[in-house]
Amino acid sequence: MDRNDLLINLEGISFSYFGGPQVLANLDFHFHRGDRIGLIAPNGSGKTTLLHLIMGLLKPTAGRIEIFGKPARDEKDFADVRRRIGLLFQDADDQLFSPTVLEDVAFGPLNLGKSKNEAIQIAQKTLAFLGLDGFENRITFKLSGGEKRLVSLATVLAMEPEILLLDEPINGLDMKTKARLKEIMSGINLSYLLISHDFDFLAEIVDAVYTMADGKILLDKEVHLHEHVHAHELGTYPHQHDMSEERKNAPAGNHQRTDERRQRVTDRRQNLSDRRQNSADR
Amino acid sequence: MISEPFAIGDSMIHRLDPRIRVGLTVAYAFVIALAYRFPVLIVALFFSSILVFIARVDIKEVLKRMVIVNALIFLLWVILPFTFHGEVLTRIGSLAIHRPGVTLAARITLKSNAILLAFIALIATMPFATLGHALHRLRVPDKLVHLLLMTYRYIFVIEQEYKRLLRAAKIRGFQPGTNIDTYRTFAFVIGMLFVRSVARAERVHQAMLCRGFKGKFYSLQEFQIGSASRAFAIIMTAIIVGLVTLELSNG
Repeated sequence: MDRNDLLINLEGISFSYFGGPQVLANLDFHFHRGDRIGLIAPNGSGKTTLLHLIMGLLKPTAGRIEIFGKPARDEKDFADVRRRIGLLFQDADDQLFSPTVLEDVAFGPLNLGKSKNEAIQIAQKTLAFLGLDGFENRITFKLSGGEKRLVSLATVLAMEPEILLLDEPINGLDMKTKARLKEIMSGINLSYLLISHDFDFLAEIVDAVYTMADGKILLDKEVHLHEHVHAHELGTYPHQHDMSEERKNAPAGNHQRTDERRQRVTDRRQNLSDRRQNSADR
Repeated sequence: MISEPFAIGDSMIHRLDPRIRVGLTVAYAFVIALAYRFPVLIVALFFSSILVFIARVDIKEVLKRMVIVNALIFLLWVILPFTFHGEVLTRIGSLAIHRPGVTLAARITLKSNAILLAFIALIATMPFATLGHALHRLRVPDKLVHLLLMTYRYIFVIEQEYKRLLRAAKIRGFQPGTNIDTYRTFAFVIGMLFVRSVARAERVHQAMLCRGFKGKFYSLQEFQIGSASRAFAIIMTAIIVGLVTLELSNG
């Protein structure tokens, strides 16, 4: 794999909360461009901790974090990381703090230096993409649980991240919203890492499932050895790698869509680097 | 749930520019608070009542609020006439009712109600978020505005958490009474609320950092001053000037 495609590189990461037991122990993790990874593991195994370490919200007690090919150590490094990686929090009430939906979705773009009009445009486009037209002036705390989750996703997507980290996005959602989210995720054109306890949900929208045990990440192959009996669905997973083959052989229409998506990603990256160039000039 | 019964409406007042409403209501309230003469206070109470009438808000809700404020003022009526000494009006047994105490209590009653009604008519008729933005535009310090908006946003979440904790206690047979067990339970609930609020504040801050927060908030709301707002500003200013003139004239 090309070195440029290694987006997140964690090496020998250890972490423990103050005074607590070790949550992560000498963990290695590599995340490449285009990866769609599901993470399924028991409560308290350190999934959320892992995401927060990647975002720089927590600092590892040992180990190296390298993101987008650059070592990430202090707050300044992570400020850049947070522009390019979007984290969807477990509790939508943590993510939505502005009085109205539009203000909340526009908050990220405004922080990225967009003008007020640009930010409003981005926010409206993002809301429309998620089927949330007309939500602009709704009061955030008066939204339903499902609406809150989708609006939180909008706030993250509005930052136009390159990677999405989703922390139990379907937790507490009804079937309809779950299906809606599944649809969104399979149509979305980003690399992502998704934590969930729901095999069925993961099965359709990720290419590989990892699990965590003893403070480390295990690849799905290893998972089978442990969980074959408990979770039969995982038995289908070794074949998931073939999905990319399937996609290659998919009908032309599908191809086109993928190409378009790829083009969109490239365009956006171009925009992003332009923007960075601009801010550097300033 | 904590509600804003007056915020939504389509009266003339609801459509006025929030900044003008906030600015002039504050000026109006100051004049009433500093006024001394009874004619001024009575006229002000009259104006405030008219404003409530124009705002076409639910009178029952208005009365509910007036009852709360006037219950407090009632305590002043119980105390002031007997303790604020001066000319004696009349006596009940050995207790003397003094004139300065009565006029002071009456003055406070008029002032409180006039200001309360003006705020219901002009300030409570805008959503809280709008009030925050109006204050921001009026150059109230950012920190205060955001403290206000954040409080507004999370007071509901904290209220929900409070109710959840209380429900959890109730389904296990907790019945509030006047005893040490009740006090202890409420102490636990309140302690838990503090802990959870701090934890939540931490997570909210993390979420803000993840979206590039650098200590600055942005306000998207655009305000426009229409002709109705301009007319209102002129009339309201005239009323305020009129009240001041009446106060300062020797009559």
